[in-house]
Amino acid sequence: MPIKKSSGLKYSDVTPRDIYINRRKFLYGMGLAGGLALAGKGLGDLISPPERVYASTKLQGMSGSPFSTTEKITPEQVVTTYNNYYEFGTEKDQPAKNATKFVTTPWTVSVEGECAKPRKFSLDEILKLAPLEERIYRHRCVEAWSIVVPWIGYSFSTIAKLAEPNANAKYVAFESYFDKKQMPLWGLAGIGLPYVEGLRIDEAMHPLTLLTMGMYGETLPNQDGAPVRMVIPWKYGFKSIKSIVKIKFVKDQPPTTWNITNGHEYGFYSNVNPKVDHPRWSQAREVRLPGFFKNTPTQMFNGYSDQVASLYNGMDLKKNY
Amino acid sequence: MNSILTSKWTKVVVFLICLVPAGVLIWEAFTGNLSSNPTQFLEHATGDWTLRFVAITLAVTPLRKILKRPQLIRFRRMLGLFAFFYGCCHFAIYLTFDQVFDLHGIWADVAKRRYITVGFTGFVLMIPLALTSTAGWIRRLGGKRWSMLHRAIYLTAVAGVIHYLWLVKSDIHIPLEYAAVMGILFGWRIYTHYSKPARAVPAPIPVRKGQTSIAPD
Repeated sequence: MPIKKSSGLKYSDVTPRDIYINRRKFLYGMGLAGGLALAGKGLGDLISPPERVYASTKLQGMSGSPFSTTEKITPEQVVTTYNNYYEFGTEKDQPAKNATKFVTTPWTVSVEGECAKPRKFSLDEILKLAPLEERIYRHRCVEAWSIVVPWIGYSFSTIAKLAEPNANAKYVAFESYFDKKQMPLWGLAGIGLPYVEGLRIDEAMHPLTLLTMGMYGETLPNQDGAPVRMVIPWKYGFKSIKSIVKIKFVKDQPPTTWNITNGHEYGFYSNVNPKVDHPRWSQAREVRLPGFFKNTPTQMFNGYSDQVASLYNGMDLKKNY
Repeated sequence: MNSILTSKWTKVVVFLICLVPAGVLIWEAFTGNLSSNPTQFLEHATGDWTLRFVAITLAVTPLRKILKRPQLIRFRRMLGLFAFFYGCCHFAIYLTFDQVFDLHGIWADVAKRRYITVGFTGFVLMIPLALTSTAGWIRRLGGKRWSMLHRAIYLTAVAGVIHYLWLVKSDIHIPLEYAAVMGILFGWRIYTHYSKPARAVPAPIPVRKGQTSIAPD
């Protein structure tokens, strides 16, 4: 798999975009000077424009995928400036700003637990393990917004099979990178860290389940979970754990971050389901970003019923939310 | 200072300043700067401004007492109406973009989801206050009853903060900041109420036609 290295000069190095854009903030400040001390903070929030962080490495030679949707792809700008990555701040625009210096090289992912061949993979090894595919998936957040993203990676089963999970491997537990120094806002996240997630082994081995190293033709931007994340398109977005450092085959259902935080609202399965509301909002409709109207009907299993509904035969999806 | 506070132009300037957040939002909308989720951005921005204006309105009485500037009372009604204005914007955005005019959906939300129940209650409580904010209504109700009614603003403030607190997924530090501000504004009232020596029941304040504001605490 040829990976063309960039010159080391990042796009964001070329244009001092924030400085350019902040001239407006400055002008506003002038216009409003002297007034509204109490309101000042709010205005600052209102007028500071989103910044953009670009991934630096192009990925090449991807093949397409029969799993891809033909729906309109969401502009990259949206996907890189509107993120839930609480380690870098709980506001959607914070990860793009606060993750710019997140160090993702070198990177090691440990595959361990109930398997014959536990081992550690470097990111280079992961990128060369199998041909990269571009998969255009719908991505539905539990907060009732959705995007369509051209992810790059390959089925998670590819790496899982190399470890040869044994008969005790009923579940897979995932763990994100966590470093208080690099993630100074961690204390405000309100969730236990490191972020942990889990899948049943058959969910993990399903071909739709994507080990993801890139999007929009490039390696993942930091705020989108660089350098390697999961994408499970029929589940709410928080199941698709970012910046993975550990993959562990386990016997019992592993704890998952949002379930620990608020088990009443976030279940282990968290399959997209328009008929099972979040206790605080309806899941029947979603807003397709960057649109205004929340008028897109949410589909069962986010539209992947044909592929995954059989995994849940006989299960009460209201109970197993 | 006093001449500035009593000048009619000051009121015009304050009015225009109060419109700045709305103006900025409209400008952001036309320049495509409402973030990637414009509806949520507008909901959050207008919700924030509603709470801020409720707090600013509640700050008028402590400020005029502490600073000994009774003239400040001139601005209270306008500030309160701006809280209502931003609350209306907040509700209108929810109605239009979030629920897409699905009245049944809104009713289901209000009945089933406690953060919406409490937020909606806080909003509805502002309606009678906005309607009775005129001099005519002060006269018709009488100062005592009018000020009793307008204490509902305290309920709106509490409801607004709870609405925000129950809305967030995990990081509650911003709603707690609002709670702290409201706590100070409430605390000052409680403190001044109990720290004064017991006094006789005050005589009803006669309100004349044309008088625009009385000053209940």
